[in-house]
Amino acid sequence: MDAFTQNLIFTVLKIAFVLTFTLLGVTMVILAERRFSAFIQDRLGPNRTWFGGLGQSFADGIKLIVKEDVIPNHVDRLVYLLAPVVMMTPALMIGAVIPFGATIPSGELWLPLLGANLENLVLQIANINVGILYFVSVTSIGVYGIVMGGWAQNNKYSLLGALRASAQMISYELPLGLSVVAVVLMAGSLSLGEIVKVQQEGFWFILNFPAFLVFLIAVFAETNRLPFDLAECEQELVAGYHTEYSSMKFGMFLLAEYANLITSSAFIVTLFFGGWDVPFYDETAHGLAGVLLSVIVFAIKISFFVFLFIWVRWSLPRFRYDQLMHLGWKRLLPISLATVVGTAILMVLFKDLYH
Amino acid sequence: MLIDYLPLLIVFLAAVGFSVFNWGLSHLVGPSNPDSKKLEVYESGVTPDSDARLKFSIKFYIISMIFIIFDIEIVFMYPWATVFKDFLIKTGSHFIFFEMATFVLILLVGYYYAWKKGALEWE
Repeated sequence: MDAFTQNLIFTVLKIAFVLTFTLLGVTMVILAERRFSAFIQDRLGPNRTWFGGLGQSFADGIKLIVKEDVIPNHVDRLVYLLAPVVMMTPALMIGAVIPFGATIPSGELWLPLLGANLENLVLQIANINVGILYFVSVTSIGVYGIVMGGWAQNNKYSLLGALRASAQMISYELPLGLSVVAVVLMAGSLSLGEIVKVQQEGFWFILNFPAFLVFLIAVFAETNRLPFDLAECEQELVAGYHTEYSSMKFGMFLLAEYANLITSSAFIVTLFFGGWDVPFYDETAHGLAGVLLSVIVFAIKISFFVFLFIWVRWSLPRFRYDQLMHLGWKRLLPISLATVVGTAILMVLFKDLYH
Repeated sequence: MLIDYLPLLIVFLAAVGFSVFNWGLSHLVGPSNPDSKKLEVYESGVTPDSDARLKFSIKFYIISMIFIIFDIEIVFMYPWATVFKDFLIKTGSHFIFFEMATFVLILLVGYYYAWKKGALEWE
């Protein structure tokens, strides 16, 4: 079997793994959100389906699929049908550039099907050298899904929700992009594998705390989570940009939202918390077990940030729209610019430290 | 190399396939008995009297214009940030820093102007 076929098989396996992880993760995150919010509000939440409520999200999914698929008369049909796909696709695609574990050395893989001449297996679907640019560009495609959905429905609530969401997302994209520039400065590369490697050899980039803070806040706004969920604030806009969607098309907006949550958490971890790096441990020391440990540690780090998202959502009230714009344009943008310049100054001053 | 991007194409096809499968499945499995009330615009029970695509505030337009300008400027920073570390280590010269400092200064002038003009206000 030649090298190309081998790589193709491994790529398909990795894609299957990442997509399964994301989609199963979504069901678990939805359940976790409902349970944690229930605890925060002193109730129990869904705890009957399967073992302590584990099947709740699957039951909800099946329910959504067998519900009536209403396509109202007044919608722009093509755009209306396309919007959930445009929303869902980038949410699943972002995971493709995230390194989710240490490299498996070639000697460790015993797969009789594939022959002996294996290369080292990088646990990342596409090891491209512009991973960061890919992340920034693919996340902004999600805005199109929202705008298309909101516009096509010919509903005032949807249109307002979509307008707000798009203005908010483009506003917070600037601080997001700038705080990533600070990370790129420290890593000297746009490749995510390289960024993790630099952190593994040196220090985690969480030390650049202002950049991390700006990135975190911007990610909250980009994923439309409270305290920034102006796009679908129930009291004013019913359900915002997905008011007139029913059955699985509504379900796909929901899925995309939570998939975005998981991939954004994965990006926070990759950029600032060393990715799959296990602190004070050499992942290559114990062969496959070490690699497995790195994957598990990566999942634990992601879970922590997902929990943070849920925690914040159920603890903080919503911003007013002018406050949101004020924070984005007049506070975060200058702070993130200062972070970039400050990082560069520090790097010039302490040049001897990272030679 | 272009072959590095092949996995992304496969992911793209898988993601689109998943979405279309879901949407087709619910269309096939779900019941369908539409009536005129069900297919109306939802406006909290009030009969809608006009098209939803009305004029909206010019602020959204201004925000998107400023966004495009700033976003392009940020894109310029990416190549600079990528080579910054290597340049410092290899040459030891601080030229690269002052170059971008000048750029940021010019950026700040534009930002100050937009702020004073009231383009960032939202009342």
